[in-house]
Amino acid sequence: MTSDPMTNHPMHVEGAATPVVTYRQALNDALRAELTRDKNVILLGEEIGIFEGSYKITAGLLTEFGPERVRDTPIAEEGFVGAAIGAAMLGMRPVVEIMTLNFSLIAIDQIVNHAAKIYGMFGGQTPVPMVIRMPGGGGQQLAATHSQNLEVWFAHIPGLKVVAPATPADAKALLLAAIRDNDPVIFLENLSLYNTKGEVPEGDLPAEIGRAAVAREGTDLTVITYSRATTVALQVARQLAEEGISIEVVDLRSLRPLDRETVCASVRKTSRAVVLEDDWLSYGVGAEISATLMEGAFDYLDAPVRRVAAAEVPLPYAKPLELAALPDANDLIKVIRELLDATRFTRQQQNR
Amino acid sequence: MAERRRAAAVQVSEPAAPTKAETTGAFPADEPAERLVDYYADMVLIRRFELSADQMYKRAKIGGYCHLNLGEEATVVGLMDALAPTDYLFTNYRDHGYALMRGLEPGRVMAELFGKSAGVSKGRGGSMHMFDAGARLMGGYGIVGGQIPPATGAALALTYRGKPGPDAEVVMCQMGDGTTNIGAFHESLNLAAVWHLPIVYVIVNNRLGMGTTVEAAAGEPDLYKRGCSYRIPGERVDGTDVVAVREGARRALDRARLQREPALLEVMSYRLRGHSVVDPARYSSAADVETAQAADPVPAMRRRLLAAGLLNDAKARHIEADADAKVAAAVAFADASPDPAPGRLFDYIYATPVANTSHSLPGDPAVVIP
Ligand SMILES: Cc1ncc(C[n+]2csc(CCOP(=O)(O)OP(=O)(O)O)c2C)c(N)n1
Ligand SMILES: [Mg+2]
Repeated sequence: MTSDPMTNHPMHVEGAATPVVTYRQALNDALRAELTRDKNVILLGEEIGIFEGSYKITAGLLTEFGPERVRDTPIAEEGFVGAAIGAAMLGMRPVVEIMTLNFSLIAIDQIVNHAAKIYGMFGGQTPVPMVIRMPGGGGQQLAATHSQNLEVWFAHIPGLKVVAPATPADAKALLLAAIRDNDPVIFLENLSLYNTKGEVPEGDLPAEIGRAAVAREGTDLTVITYSRATTVALQVARQLAEEGISIEVVDLRSLRPLDRETVCASVRKTSRAVVLEDDWLSYGVGAEISATLMEGAFDYLDAPVRRVAAAEVPLPYAKPLELAALPDANDLIKVIRELLDATRFTRQQQNR
Repeated sequence: MAERRRAAAVQVSEPAAPTKAETTGAFPADEPAERLVDYYADMVLIRRFELSADQMYKRAKIGGYCHLNLGEEATVVGLMDALAPTDYLFTNYRDHGYALMRGLEPGRVMAELFGKSAGVSKGRGGSMHMFDAGARLMGGYGIVGGQIPPATGAALALTYRGKPGPDAEVVMCQMGDGTTNIGAFHESLNLAAVWHLPIVYVIVNNRLGMGTTVEAAAGEPDLYKRGCSYRIPGERVDGTDVVAVREGARRALDRARLQREPALLEVMSYRLRGHSVVDPARYSSAADVETAQAADPVPAMRRRLLAAGLLNDAKARHIEADADAKVAAAVAFADASPDPAPGRLFDYIYATPVANTSHSLPGDPAVVIP
């Protein structure tokens, strides 16, 4: 299933077979499309050219577009992220790849104090049309410094736009939108999504930044989630459907701006909410969603909002410890059942 | 001659230490008198503007941090005269003089200090953040070293439009001495070297970063040598001599323009006051203060012009009165300008509007319940 980027409703293309591609390929297709469409689009990053990207997202692009459009950088995150800002101020549309999100901390001053500030602080005189793409996520036994989900660091900052696509279709459509957008867009990928597959409509239709999608409709409980965790939530929803439990999955897609309306509308319908997030619990995305639901759905809630998030530890290397720390389908199912039990949910209810 | 100069500039050469003779002596013979007098007028304008800013700060017309170019007038004027209108400028927060010399109306610069919407950054930046797209003043930056990577990226953008040559656009990136110790400086110089970028990094060495001396902070206190690791040639000039500054800046800019290679220029200057208007500079010794005052470029320029017979006392007074009048008019303009309306708070959140952007004021509900 995919979603219509304009209405955000699930979209089924009747008849015509929609191509199925990987998340990686969808990103690669979007980059190629934009490099072809606009000569001001340039790619910058470590090992994106000859090496074709640490995760091969830029495979083939150096050969196709040459070293000026696909520019390998020295290992200097602060330098080249800042350089992208200056290039954007002069009318280029740089798309920066940071090898993994963890290394963005080296560039945090340029992202937070510069990219996010320059348009507003100088009175709207210069837009900063740039994208920073980077994969985050744990589960690859990369240990504490290489497994982080720091989305709230960026989602907290006015002046940035932050998107976190879960599907190949959204990966492509949101990347097209991000590159055509005149503001700095933080584009969060996830290591464990690169090989996932999904239908991606043909053509280069951008999505609308700032809108969540109802990735699956349901009536009994809403799971609010984004990025990799969306795939987990959808899998759980399918599994529980067999038991007669109807789960709605809201995929946030955009963490800034945050589509509070879609989240609240869903929970007003289902009366139960669980947030599934890959970041740490305290001060995380789930905290923001919970506060949003307190304001926008308090009278509709049958029970307190629950959060399923990462354990608050620097992620260990050893597999059993890593598995224990990261939220998975079983954790989500457990919390969903607890919430249903607490509200005396019976299966008949779904037919009400 | 120009060829040889450029060739020589490729190495880091020991400069002759600036002597008093240079700042009090005769001007180069081929220097038009009018231009020298104009330099004096520009220096006086900066001086009077900054003294006025200091007063306005004390009268609480100006808030926040406020760093002045007092003592750096010859540096600012020399650098800005060498820079073409088609070049781009990035500076640090000590930026009022640069904004004036890029041709911005003193009233609009003062209005920015007063936080008015007629200010160059619409009152959203203040003292440290002067910006004017038309003048290609790409901003004053308040984070030490923050301007250096974006300036470097601006130079990268220039490589996509146009060829090296006498009319090529280039970037000048100004910074202080203390700023050469931050990582962004080194990462940027490295990028400029490997990518062959048309940029001139200008270090205004006023001998102090707040209260810290260059010797206490820099492993290589000859700052013009700090490009060595990147094979970026450096040159040191006397920042109290406007012509010396301009010539040094031209050589560096020529290298960026004609050869599309980065250059480094260290301008030896002085800070006549504290780090910012609220700093009494108690850490400076009486001898330090005396040295700085002896090097004050504004009276020095006046003396030199009088000695050379290019200016008489009446003309000098006229220039000074003219600067005072301009500054008074700037203050009046800033005072009379309206404050930005609170309703305009969300005007410049995004350049591309998107759904669900927050326009909530403190205490507003985050979600509207239907
Ligand atoms: C990253 C950062 N650290 C510290 C400061 C506080 N600070 C502002 S100016 C300054 C001194 C900079 O000295 P220098 O580069 O010599 O410039 P000058 O003020 O002398 O023009 C410091 C430490 C800052 N603004 N940014
Ligand atoms: Mg200094």
